Parts: sequence; C-alpha cells; structure tokens
Amino acid sequence: MSGAEKIAVKVTDIVPLNELVTRFKFARVDGGRLPTFSGGAHTVVEMRDGDITRLNPYSLMSDPMDQSAYTISVRRDDEGRGGSLFMHQRVKVGDEMTISYPVNLFSLDLRAKKHLFLAGGIGITPFLAQIKQLERFNGNWELHYACRTESLGSYVDELTNHHPNETHIYYDDQNDKIDLVNLLDGQPLGTHVYVCGPKGMIEWVRGTATAEGWPREAVHYEEFLAPQPGKPFEVKLAVSNKVIQVGETESLLEAIERAGVDAPYLCRGGACGQCETRVIDYTGNFIHRDHWLDDDEHANGEKIMPCVSRFEGKTLVLDR
Amino acid sequence: MSKFTFPQSIRSRPVYGTLEQRDGAAHLLIADAEGAEAILDVATPAMMAKAHIVYIPKGAAFEDKLRGLNAASFYAGPSYGAAEQRIHKALADAKMGLQVYLAGTEGLMGQAQNAAMQAGIPHTAIQTEHRGSTARRIQCVHCKGITEDVETDPFVCAHCGLNLFVRDHYSRRLAAYQGVCIDAEDPGNVPEPKGIYE
Repeated sequence: MSGAEKIAVKVTDIVPLNELVTRFKFARVDGGRLPTFSGGAHTVVEMRDGDITRLNPYSLMSDPMDQSAYTISVRRDDEGRGGSLFMHQRVKVGDEMTISYPVNLFSLDLRAKKHLFLAGGIGITPFLAQIKQLERFNGNWELHYACRTESLGSYVDELTNHHPNETHIYYDDQNDKIDLVNLLDGQPLGTHVYVCGPKGMIEWVRGTATAEGWPREAVHYEEFLAPQPGKPFEVKLAVSNKVIQVGETESLLEAIERAGVDAPYLCRGGACGQCETRVIDYTGNFIHRDHWLDDDEHANGEKIMPCVSRFEGKTLVLDR
Repeated sequence: MSKFTFPQSIRSRPVYGTLEQRDGAAHLLIADAEGAEAILDVATPAMMAKAHIVYIPKGAAFEDKLRGLNAASFYAGPSYGAAEQRIHKALADAKMGLQVYLAGTEGLMGQAQNAAMQAGIPHTAIQTEHRGSTARRIQCVHCKGITEDVETDPFVCAHCGLNLFVRDHYSRRLAAYQGVCIDAEDPGNVPEPKGIYE
C-alpha cells in the first residue's frame, strides 16, 4: 500500500472557530501514543464518502511533542471537490477515521539564526506547530499573519496573548498590509523566511526575497494544491493493463486508486514528487498543476504528477 | 595562467565556479593572491559602492589594482589568520541580502566559506572561484593537525611527522582535505612525492 503508514484514530473534539474554520482533534483508537513529529508536518486524512475515498493533507497544528492527540484546522471550501465540506458537515465526535503518519515537506531549518514566519489565512496552521517546537528551545522567531477580517482571524487571540512581542497581525479589510521590503531589509544574517498562504502571497514573498538578495535556501514555502476539477478523460495504465476513466471531480491519482492500482503518493498536493509517473504515449495536452516538475519537464510530455495534473485529448498511456 | 581545470573526482570534492554579480544589500569579497583577478573581473562601480574587500596578497602584485576599484572598504593583510577577526566582524554586522564572493586558493576559500556558513549563509549561496595555486589545506586524520599549502602527495604532517597520502575527501566543517598515513603497515615504504595533480 502506498503513502505513509496509517493510524486508526477517533475524533475526540470538534471546535468551530469561525464562519469558515473548524478544528478537529484525533486520538488513537487503541489508546496508544501517536508519533511525535516536527513542526510543519501534515497528515493525510482519509474520508470515506459512500463510494468515494478522499485523501486530503492537513497541517498538524498541535504541539509536535504531544503524543496524546493531533489537531488540524480545516477551512471550508464551498467550491472545492467536497473534502472540506465532508469534514465540516459529516464528521462527528466519536467517529473513527484513518490518518497517515506525519510527513514534513515544510520543516524548520534549524541552522537558521532567526525564523521569520509569514502566514496568510488558514496558512497559519503549520506555524502553530513550529512555534511550539521553537518555544521549547527558546528559538528566535517572529510571525506576520495576514487575515481577511478580525472575525476570520483564526488563533489570533491565542497568538497575541501568548506571544505579544513576536506576533504581528494584519487585517485585509482594515487595509493593513505586510510591508515586506522593509521587513526583509535589515534582518540579521542567517534569518530564514517561511511562507504559507495563497499562491499569490507565496509568489510575492519568493519574488521579493530574491530581489532583495536572499539565498534561495533561506526561503521556504508550502502550498498545498487541491486537485482542480476538469473535463473527464480516459487513461490506459500499461503495466496493470487497464483502461480507466477519470471523472470530472476526481483526480487522476484517485481514479488510478479507484481502479485498484497501487500508486505511490505522499502529499497529494503537487509538492513532494512521490507520485511522479512516466508517460509512455499521448495525443493531446497536459494540464500540469504541480510544483515538482520543472518547466522543461512540463513541456516535454514525458512525466505527469497524477495528484493534481490532468489531461485533455485523445490518448494517454501511463507507465503504471 | 591563474586558472586550473581540476580533474573529475568524488562528490565530496568541492567544485568552484566563476564569480557573477548578484543583487544584494552589500557585497563581501575575500581573496588571496591571484584571486584578485577574479574580483577585478566581476567588479563594477555600483557593486564597489557597497563592497568590502578583504585581500591577502601572498606576494602577488594586485593590491594597487584592487585598491583602485574604490570599494567602500578595502583591507589587505599578511595572512588569513590576520584577516580573520575582520571577516568575523564583517559577518556579524551583516544583514540578510549580503552577497559573499570568495576567490583564490582552496585554503582561503574553504576557511572563509566556513566563517560565512557559521554566520548563517547556506554554503550553496556562497560564490567561489579558484585562481592561482592548487595547494591544499589538509588535516592529518591521526593527530588532527592541519598543514597549509600542501603541494605534494604524499607529504609529511607538519605536526606529527607521519607520511600522509592526500585524499579528495573534503570537510566543509574543517575547511580541509583528509590526509591518511601511507606507510602504516610497512613503515618507511613511502612512494616518491609528486605534485597532487601529476
């Protein structure tokens, strides 16, 4: 079976935080201890919704050393493919679910002299765990957190109460903006910047840091891409000798799994590279959406990341 | 001829590039001997207005030319050891956006890279260009003493006197290659020393 090792858990608490975000707490079904993790790690939550199984990654936001429970925060996306709606509407306290072992694609670089965190909206969640991790070692950090409105500012009160000197909040509707050039200018040598938020914010931070002479290795970002719906298409899996149909609202990876073919994955969000699949033959156009393959690879039609990318055309044959 | 093409080797062996100007809040350029030529190649007036040059001539005649670049700060000193305090101070005062350029011998670049890494710059973000002598800085794996400017293989450890074979295994932490006793099993059976790249 692909993906990280699985853990059977029970939902022990559900707390609605605001109009859009709800927090879920999981403990092991067998009462045992969960693995520790490192700040920035995510878990892949399995959602069994009738015939459909959705596997969505969520950042762990609890204390990485707390082995009694994991917590995640899920932002409701009414336009998405239904994973967040399932969590909000269908999951109840006491439900048993399956989650994966923690996987970290957004870890702290502990060589840094200072950690500068930039969060947008629900992008706050990995930083909550990283802050708890750094506090244990008296780490040097600073958070700049942009939210749409005060009422949608998840965890703002907790952060400003516990860390008044490190936390800086910006409300979009009050025209507060992170003064990024000034913020980056004058940071001590050895500072690393981390950004988690919408695509535009990540590009803004990466572009500005590069222009200000920050090394690429000192700029960290995490953006989970939800697979986007698209036109249905047909795929031939050469190794398994199967022809499968990819539906409008499912990803290519989900369709492969539905056909009973074991395909590797970890993040399911176009970032980690695990699901990279060789293309044997195609007539048509790829709709690449991942961050893993480079521009040349996106252009040459030799590989596809089935977790987020799609295809439009006549034939697609994969080495799977 | 200050450029040398190093033969292919193991992954541990450092690979040097060609300095190129990068955008940044400030520029720290550290060079020895013929490394000055690499600085002269990359320097522009705009870069020099925000530049600090640290130069160890080692008998080479480039000091006046480098001084003529009119860097915001220029220092020439007799050895890396003499310049070390200044380099550490420059790094301690620096902010993100500093660009580091190293040029010259492997010993100079390795030690300056180590100082910059400890100050928090990822080693991959530090530019290097080899010029001049191909002599190596080598740590004896037996006594741990470091011998500077080793040109032959094997050579005699300046600290413990063992006959050492020059390896391509390199440590960024020590800024040194590894030297291993060549006649441990048959004392006195030492091949004739020759140039490291002969």
